[in-house]
Amino acid sequence: MIFTIASKELRALFVSPLAWLVLAAVQVILGYGFLKRLDDFLQIQSQLAQLASPPGFTELVAAPTYAMTAAVLLFAVPLLAMRMIAEERRNRTLTLLLSAPVSMTEIVIGKFSGLMAFLLIIILLVLAMPLTLAGGTQLDFGLLAALTLALLLLAAGFAAVSLYASSLTGQPIAAALIAFGLLLAMLLMGETASDSLRERGWLVPAAFAQVFSPLRNFEPLGRGILDSYAIICPLLLTAGFLLLAIRRLDGQRLRG
Amino acid sequence: MNPADPALTICARGLSRRFGTHVAVHPVDLDLRRGEVLGLLGPNGAGKTTTMQMLTGNLAPTTGEIRICDIDLLAAPAQAKARIGYLPETPPLYREMQVGEYLQLVVRLHRVPKARRTDAVTRAMARCGLAATGKKLIGALSKGYQQRVGIAQAIVHEPDIIILDEPTVGLDPNQILDIRALIRELGDKHCVILSTHILPEVEAVCDRVQIMHHGAVVYNNTIAGLRDFQRGRTVTISLQRPPAIEILQGIAGVAAVESAGNGSFRLRFSPDNDPTPALISRAGAEDWGLQQLTPAQTSLEDVFVQLTRDEATP
Repeated sequence: MIFTIASKELRALFVSPLAWLVLAAVQVILGYGFLKRLDDFLQIQSQLAQLASPPGFTELVAAPTYAMTAAVLLFAVPLLAMRMIAEERRNRTLTLLLSAPVSMTEIVIGKFSGLMAFLLIIILLVLAMPLTLAGGTQLDFGLLAALTLALLLLAAGFAAVSLYASSLTGQPIAAALIAFGLLLAMLLMGETASDSLRERGWLVPAAFAQVFSPLRNFEPLGRGILDSYAIICPLLLTAGFLLLAIRRLDGQRLRG
Repeated sequence: MNPADPALTICARGLSRRFGTHVAVHPVDLDLRRGEVLGLLGPNGAGKTTTMQMLTGNLAPTTGEIRICDIDLLAAPAQAKARIGYLPETPPLYREMQVGEYLQLVVRLHRVPKARRTDAVTRAMARCGLAATGKKLIGALSKGYQQRVGIAQAIVHEPDIIILDEPTVGLDPNQILDIRALIRELGDKHCVILSTHILPEVEAVCDRVQIMHHGAVVYNNTIAGLRDFQRGRTVTISLQRPPAIEILQGIAGVAAVESAGNGSFRLRFSPDNDPTPALISRAGAEDWGLQQLTPAQTSLEDVFVQLTRDEATP
């Protein structure tokens, strides 16, 4: 059932021009960023060779490209997710799902999975860029795997927040703005909050605040460090906002 | 009435719904039997749509319980919903999908086994006159065809209960006749709840009528029983050479005569004593020049107006 809803959502994304525009824009921006980095890398390569343990291609070219993808996703995910619930509500098509023998959880997880499938395409296209150079240079496959995982976790968190925003309103544009606002607030405040709480020795609130700082959790994996807490935090964020979205839809049934 | 009656497909007891302080539906009872077509009538804002939303699990009732084929809708929503097909006021159509593709999605959502899916979709499209439109985008169809897709969506998984909220809105007269015939046909195997404003439609297709007003059921009777609800019946005649009104009054069975001017009269009589045959033979024998004789057709309308107009709308 989740698969049915997910494939419907993925299909709905691909029949709208928005998804194609996002894919094209992301690819142009990241492609340019990647080539620019690669160019810089080639220019300083001779100097790097003199270092005792020089940073490699993966670290200097692939990792920044992934960081850039994270920034692009901040804009792309709210736009991709905005229609998922808000537009179904506005067009009264949500009734079809609510009248079918499908639970709220299945509806929300299905929509989330559809969105993640689309984001996976973006992430795989990003991964494809460094892989094209596999024949010409020594790739650090461990670091690439960690970067891909980090991006997936980040995307999942963004997707859950955006889906929740979409469940709040009947206006897709409002949903995108809410999602963007929530994500931006998290990026700006989550890190500061968790840092200052930790400085004061309040470790539990600091750990809690870290759940809401997606970029801080992106960093360790982005350097190839498997920090289990940085993996758990985005998962908690994702689960938390999906739960909120389910509750929100359920509340609509109860309160009208 | 025994709630465990196996013929009872919907058994709702004490169903009510409040939105904040506004009571949309007062506790109502609703029963639906297999093979029955129930017409749900009422003026705008009477609570018909709210009741239907509660019966289909789209809205949780404030109080009361709903049993669908003896399954508690609130305790086991998935099993109960699988037995219902629902066409809301606005058909829930994805405009960017093709008709066939959309119905495929609907059967998958309703967990129809894989082997029966294509069959179910083909049959529903044929029943709703959509056989030639399978590849068309829903958004490109006319309103009437979109309505048909909405009905197809409600029947495609062969549910026991079909709930249609104003199914003939926006259709042309031919399409309305088609849809009525379809509803009648559906009523043989399934059972149907139909909400509408069009009273002749109810008389044409329904077995039973429930009239709602201000969130309460004010009338619940079979169409056959409707006749007895009205104490007397009326017939309108128009005559070219009318006799004196006393002569008409003298015909056996006529309870009262009213002149409507221009040789037209409204005759009231009691249901067990129909004076129409006597009236026709007298008119022929005495050369009254009978032009028209119309039995009152809008008995349901009378009931409806009587029940929903007596109180001033707030």
